Amino acid sequence: MPKKHIVKQAFLRTIPVMMGYLVLGIAFGLLLQHAGYHWLWALGISISVFAGSMQFVLVGLLVQQAPLTTVAITTLLVNSRHLFYGLSFIERFKHMGTRGLYMIFSLTDETYALLCATGDVGSKEEQDALSFWIAFLDQCYWVTGSVIGAILGTLSSFSIVGIDFAMTSLFTVIFIEQWLSTSNHVPAIIGGLCAILSLIIFGPENFLLPALLVAVMVLSVFRKKLEENK
Amino acid sequence: MNVGTSISIVIVTAFVTLAIRFTPFLLFGSSKRQIPQVITYLGSVLPPAVMAALVVYSVKHISFADSSLWLNEIIGILVTAVIHLWKRNTLLSIIIGTIVYMILVQGNFH
Repeated sequence: MPKKHIVKQAFLRTIPVMMGYLVLGIAFGLLLQHAGYHWLWALGISISVFAGSMQFVLVGLLVQQAPLTTVAITTLLVNSRHLFYGLSFIERFKHMGTRGLYMIFSLTDETYALLCATGDVGSKEEQDALSFWIAFLDQCYWVTGSVIGAILGTLSSFSIVGIDFAMTSLFTVIFIEQWLSTSNHVPAIIGGLCAILSLIIFGPENFLLPALLVAVMVLSVFRKKLEENK
Repeated sequence: MNVGTSISIVIVTAFVTLAIRFTPFLLFGSSKRQIPQVITYLGSVLPPAVMAALVVYSVKHISFADSSLWLNEIIGILVTAVIHLWKRNTLLSIIIGTIVYMILVQGNFH
C-alpha cells in the first residue's frame, strides 16, 4: 500500500474521532480562555498533555492554582486507566522504534479503540504506518479544536450540539466488530457489567478506573476457564 | 493567575500522564525478559472488555430518573448497532447514529 493510501485510510478511520475531538477540543479551549489563559496555553497543553478528560480537570486546577502534589495525585487518579491500554500493544509498539515512543505517549481512549480495530490490515509494516497516522491525526484534531475554542472565546452554534455522540457510536461499532470476530463473549460481558455496576456505585466522575480494575481481576481469576473455551 | 505556578501545574500533569502511559512498557517491554503469560493473556482479553466499558463511559451522564436524559443515548446506540449489523460499514453506522442523536437532542431544546 503506498503511503498516500495509508494516510487516506487513517483519515477515513479517524473521521468519527475528528468529529468528537474537534467539539470536545473547542469546549476545552473555551473553558481555558474563560479562565484567563491565552490560546498559546491551549496549544501547549494539548500538545504536551493530550488527555481529554484530564485537561478539563486541569482547567479547574489552574484556576485554583492547586498545589503540585494535588495536581500529581489527581492526574494519577484520572488517567490511571491508561495503565491497562498499553498491555495490548507491548509487542507492537516495541517494534516501531521512535514512532513507538510517540504511540505510547499518544494512546488515548479513542486512539486505543481505533488501534484495536486495525487487525484487518495486510502486512505488519502497513499496520504500523496506519497506527502511527491514526494516533497523529487524532492529536492534530484535538490540538486544532482546543486552539479554535480558545481563539473564538464564545461560540453560539447550537446546531452542532450532540455531534460528539460520534465517539459513542465509534465505541459501539468497534464493540460490535469485536463481538462478531470472537466466539468467546465473556470478556465483553464482564467489561460491560463491571462498568455498569461501577457507574451505579461510584457515579459518573470516578467509575472507569474501579470498573477496569475489577474487570482485570475477574478476567485474571477466570483465566484458566476462559483459555479452555477459546 | 501566576505564570510560573501555571507552567509547573501543566508540566506535572504532562509528566504524570506520560509516566502512566509508559509504565506497562517499562515493566514488560524489555527485550531480555519474557512477557509474563498473564500479561499476554490480559492484553488479548482486555480490548472487548475495555470497549464495553468505554461505551458506558461515553454515555456516563445519563440518568434513569428522567427519561429525556437516557432515551436519546439508548436510541442513538441502538440505531448505530442496527445499521452496523445490517451494512457492516463503520463510517455509515457512525454518521447515521450521530445524526439521529443530534436530531433527538436538538429537538429537545425547542
